Amino acid sequence: MPVNMIVCCKQVPDPEAPPAVFKVVSNKMTLPPDVKPVIGQYEEFALEAALKIKDTTGGKITALSLGNNFVRDVIKKSLAVGSDELILLEDEAFDDGDSWSIASALAAAIKKIGEYDLIFCGRQSSDWDAGQVGLGIAEILGIPAVTLARKVEITDGKAKVERVIPDGYQVIEVTLPAVIVVTSGLGALRYATLKGIMAAAKKQPVVWKPADIGLEPAQVGAAGRRVKLEKLFQPVKEGKCEMIEGETPVEAGANLAVKLREAKLL
Amino acid sequence: MAENKGILVIGELAGGKLASITTELLGCGRKLADELKEDLSCLLIGDSVGEASKEAIAFGADKVYVAEHAALKDYQADSYMQAAEKVINDVSPRTVLMGQTSMGRDLAPRLAFRLGTTLTTDCLDLAIDPQTKLLTQTRPVYGGTAQAVFTSEITPQMVTVRTKAMSPLERDDSRKGETIPVKIDIDASKVRTKILETVKEEAVGIKLEDAPVIVCGGRGLGGPEPFQTTLKELADLLHGAVGASRPPADNGWVPEALHIGLTGKIVAPDIYIAVAVSGASQHTAGCTGSKHIIAINKDPEANIFREAEFGVVGKYEEVVPALTNKLKELLAA
Ligand SMILES: Cc1cc2nc3c(=O)[nH]c(=O)nc-3n(C[C@H](O)[C@H](O)[C@H](O)COP(=O)(O)OP(=O)(O)OC[C@H]3O[C@@H](n4cnc5c(N)ncnc54)[C@H](O)[C@@H]3O)c2cc1C
Ligand SMILES: Nc1ncnc2c1ncn2[C@@H]1O[C@H](COP(=O)(O)O)[C@@H](O)[C@H]1O
Repeated sequence: MPVNMIVCCKQVPDPEAPPAVFKVVSNKMTLPPDVKPVIGQYEEFALEAALKIKDTTGGKITALSLGNNFVRDVIKKSLAVGSDELILLEDEAFDDGDSWSIASALAAAIKKIGEYDLIFCGRQSSDWDAGQVGLGIAEILGIPAVTLARKVEITDGKAKVERVIPDGYQVIEVTLPAVIVVTSGLGALRYATLKGIMAAAKKQPVVWKPADIGLEPAQVGAAGRRVKLEKLFQPVKEGKCEMIEGETPVEAGANLAVKLREAKLL
Repeated sequence: MAENKGILVIGELAGGKLASITTELLGCGRKLADELKEDLSCLLIGDSVGEASKEAIAFGADKVYVAEHAALKDYQADSYMQAAEKVINDVSPRTVLMGQTSMGRDLAPRLAFRLGTTLTTDCLDLAIDPQTKLLTQTRPVYGGTAQAVFTSEITPQMVTVRTKAMSPLERDDSRKGETIPVKIDIDASKVRTKILETVKEEAVGIKLEDAPVIVCGGRGLGGPEPFQTTLKELADLLHGAVGASRPPADNGWVPEALHIGLTGKIVAPDIYIAVAVSGASQHTAGCTGSKHIIAINKDPEANIFREAEFGVVGKYEEVVPALTNKLKELLAA
């Protein structure tokens, strides 16, 4: 059975950029222009989960991204690694949404796509870290969801999912269609091949506006929010690390032991 | 529609007792409820809740709703949802508190969307705004490089709280409260998942969450071996546990259960020794509650030195054995 898959990928500021480059300016996070955005880490894992199913079972992968001002070569990475289609919900009106407005718009787009067996999301976006949108989509579409998945297989028209729990894992069987919320541990996203990159360069993403998914601008983005952001701030931290030195690293290690004893920590 | 009032904690059990996160939620919920002059309730779900309802009262609840059913033995979203949705609708609280735990992460967003309300996950601080009476919900964002304060005007509204962020009240068994059994039918046809197998992967030795000392290794260790030798030797000497940043867990060098950080375990030991960990904000999110952080890294610019109290710049292969040997000597003296 070829499986129809949708992977929800968000474009985010690079979460691995040094913490010092993240600056809040009038309640917004800003980064220097030379820090290029990326596809969120858990969405990369979600893409890899879908690609593994495509490898073994066969199927079609549609990448779906909501935002504004997508950097084309960043967001097209989903195509370059092996997705078949890229749909962008791209409009100013989609700016500054919350979990509610984002999940509602993604669910509306998924309904329009129509055919889906598995919808993959990351466990949390690499900017706001909310961890809600995948489950929100499942609730809106009225389909089951399994979270914290680190392995997914399709057998007999059902998905078998390894779900991480605090002291191990569970193997869960779920009926299709289903939302799978992916965590880490299934392996990094594969590299794009040269062929993949060239094919992606030629392919144009489909762009949908709010009206294309049957929503008013007032229902999406900032206008469709349900939680109000009162304030965004950066707690000040005073670095006060005492560096323990020595002639050699070995000596420094021994000096650290002496210091910890003196400070009565151990 | 009736006015939504009071705070409802959705509790969790661990080994037949109230989980520590639930005592933390009751501590925080009690304060909020007192400020609002409203009730604090607690919902406990399971096949048999036993003495935990009494515990919930001793830790601050005015009312404990007990939803017991054979089908609620193991957590499964589709069955637990039925119990939680019913009780929230019956009780109409103003705010529902859950832990940012395995269960909270899985259940709270579903409930919020099902009920058409808002959820703020992973909160570190909750307070009542004196002017608006709204609940201000503060949570880290951007991996912990910033914090955001949210409010919502919708009730009931939901919040999940990070483990170890709130303090429980002193247990007081003389506290009075009411236990209310909830009659609940679980519609099995609505349960679309099936647990085929549960596999424990816990490492042997002291549990990470309980260890007074944690020696945490990062990607800079290069493979599984140093976790079992260099780090373990130091941890054993200090009666502590070995932990890891995410890459070692992702690479299978250590079990996932040792992964510390925003998406792993949140720990707060007396002493946290970070070895070859760069100190990404998503990692330090899981250990900033430690009393003393010590960092060993070959890169003097590594961010972990901004979080640490003591640091050594050098290769772990040289620094850590020297530290262990000298400590052995000093501790024996
Ligand atoms: C949404 C999200 C959630 C995340 N959640 C988590 C989480 O919960 N926990 C987590 O840890 N990460 C998490 N991450 C990943 C995080 O951003 C970092 O990628 C990760 O913490 C880096 O791990 P590390 O410090 O071990 O590796 P690196 O950043 O690669 O650092 C390795 C360090 O080792 C040092 N080193 C190398 N060799 C030696 C040597 N011989 N001796 C001494 N030092 C040496 C290097 O100088 C370097 O500082 C998350 C990321 C995102 C986007
Ligand atoms: N703007 C977006 N575009 C596409 N997918 C998204 C978007 N926002 C969130 N998601 C998906 O939902 C997951 C969880 O996001 P969040 O609830 O924001 O933490 C992400 O890992 C993505 O898979």
